[in-house]
Amino acid sequence: MATVKGKVWKYGDDINTDVIFPGKYTYTIKERADMAKVALEDLDMDFNQNAKPGDIIVGGKNWGCGSSREQAVSCVKERGIAVIIAKSFARIYYRNCLNEGLAIIICPDAVDAIQAGEQVEVDFDKGEIRTEKGNVFQFPAYPDFVKGLIEDGGLIPHVKKSLGL
Amino acid sequence: MGKTFAEKALGRAAGQDVVANQVVTVEPDWCMSHDNAAPIARTFKKIGVKNVWKPERIVFILDHAIPAPSSDHAVNHKEVREFSAEQGIKNFYDVMSDGGVCHQKMCEEGYALPGLIMVGSDSHTCTYGAYGAFSTGIGRSEMAAAWATGSIWFKVPESMKVVVTGKFKPGVTAKDFILKFIGDVKADGADYMSVEFHGEGIENMSIAERMTLCNMGIEFGAKNAVCKPDQKVLDAIKDNAKCDRWEPLWADDDAVYAAEYHYDLGDIVPGVAKPHKVDNYATVAEVKGTPIHEAFLGSCTNGRIEDLREAASLLKGKKIAIRTVVIPASWKVYRQAMKEGLIDIFLDSGCVICNPGCGPCMGNHEGILAPGEAAISTANRNFKGRMGDKESFIYLASPLTVAASALKGEITDPREVL
Repeated sequence: MATVKGKVWKYGDDINTDVIFPGKYTYTIKERADMAKVALEDLDMDFNQNAKPGDIIVGGKNWGCGSSREQAVSCVKERGIAVIIAKSFARIYYRNCLNEGLAIIICPDAVDAIQAGEQVEVDFDKGEIRTEKGNVFQFPAYPDFVKGLIEDGGLIPHVKKSLGL
Repeated sequence: MGKTFAEKALGRAAGQDVVANQVVTVEPDWCMSHDNAAPIARTFKKIGVKNVWKPERIVFILDHAIPAPSSDHAVNHKEVREFSAEQGIKNFYDVMSDGGVCHQKMCEEGYALPGLIMVGSDSHTCTYGAYGAFSTGIGRSEMAAAWATGSIWFKVPESMKVVVTGKFKPGVTAKDFILKFIGDVKADGADYMSVEFHGEGIENMSIAERMTLCNMGIEFGAKNAVCKPDQKVLDAIKDNAKCDRWEPLWADDDAVYAAEYHYDLGDIVPGVAKPHKVDNYATVAEVKGTPIHEAFLGSCTNGRIEDLREAASLLKGKKIAIRTVVIPASWKVYRQAMKEGLIDIFLDSGCVICNPGCGPCMGNHEGILAPGEAAISTANRNFKGRMGDKESFIYLASPLTVAASALKGEITDPREVL
């Protein structure tokens, strides 16, 4: 998974799936590219207009609470977000990230230290987050079966592979 | 060392002795999907498996936007019909008078049963814990994979024990208790955990009240929420259990918990969740007089006959001051409300009644708010934009508080109207 470096979009605690991907779009938006266009629409119009591929989202505790809607992960992944770093994730969002093959990291200390707008580097091989100021935070490696999911690009490619399809 | 409910239920399904934090793979007893069965079907087709593993274990219930409010929604429903016909999925509740909100249907049709492993592509799938099931919400990819493989992995969760004693005072309900509880433990209070409701306070509750508690489990992060399957549950499922795979399971007295809370229902007062978070608790006394533009009585949280009876008891013979949308949780509930004269009470008081379904709860139709407007709702979420506009405001409350507030056009303590 190597290393990614990008600009940080930082948010607080309990960011829910309705503000990441509004419920009113759940049956009117079908294409992933269109999901990306409304990402975080009810949370941060600056992100919605200006987030670029490779950028990084940093959230507080319980990122992604609320609905099970997977579009709240798809819209962020399709937007090209490289990784979400948070103090904790709501469980369905967490599973949806693994299933969509979107990298996520739980690292409360890094979240406290990282400032909005700074460039942050994440080294997945070493399990390190490096900030602009030179702070380094360690995060534990994924369990093997989770690593397999993310490396295969998510659950659907993973299932295809395991079924030999 | 004793076992928790989650350890017993997942252990039974996995066919082995399990403990918290172990990862197990199990076969789901039921896989429930609503309108999102259509996008899940599209994902399923990408896998390349021709047939679902067991069509008889899959349930489709259209409820999120019914009848279709737009062509996009109609196309979505059409895809669900075509896929269910193609795959032989007979447990399909279409836009017809045997339908309703998916979680209500799963319970009243006898799918929700003690000890079963139930997954649904909806976060409020945790509702079935009221019948003693291990039930939890999953995403679309995961449901598509479950249809293809008949298996799903779970980390056996650690458990939280909530011990409830005492009785509610008049004007106070299960919704007031769960809003207060969420306000105390916060939106992540039970993240990843299995939540068990124990005690005489729960035993005295109806199944409808237990459904309200378990339904809101996800609002404080629970993986699943569950009550003991007692005689009330066994009586309820006696004639309509949809399968015989069930078995009453409950935690041992010496089970180990990651957290434990104690509540006396006699201490609970009418409460609300203020905008824009479910854990933003206040007593009704603290927000009394707040102007409200719309009242909503319905949803998988509080659209049952017991909820309609409570609201009607306050509305009888009186006129509402603001637009009030009443949506029974299923047509079965609707018919019962008609028989009891509740529909006449709502109409006489000025309420409008919509067809059973999710209605305005997640911003699709039937009661969307204008910018600057505030609603008081019996549903489960008050997130920004949830009822359609990000400049609107939602207060969550009990059916009694919603009815009392509808009469005055401002947040009102139901005990003043009783």
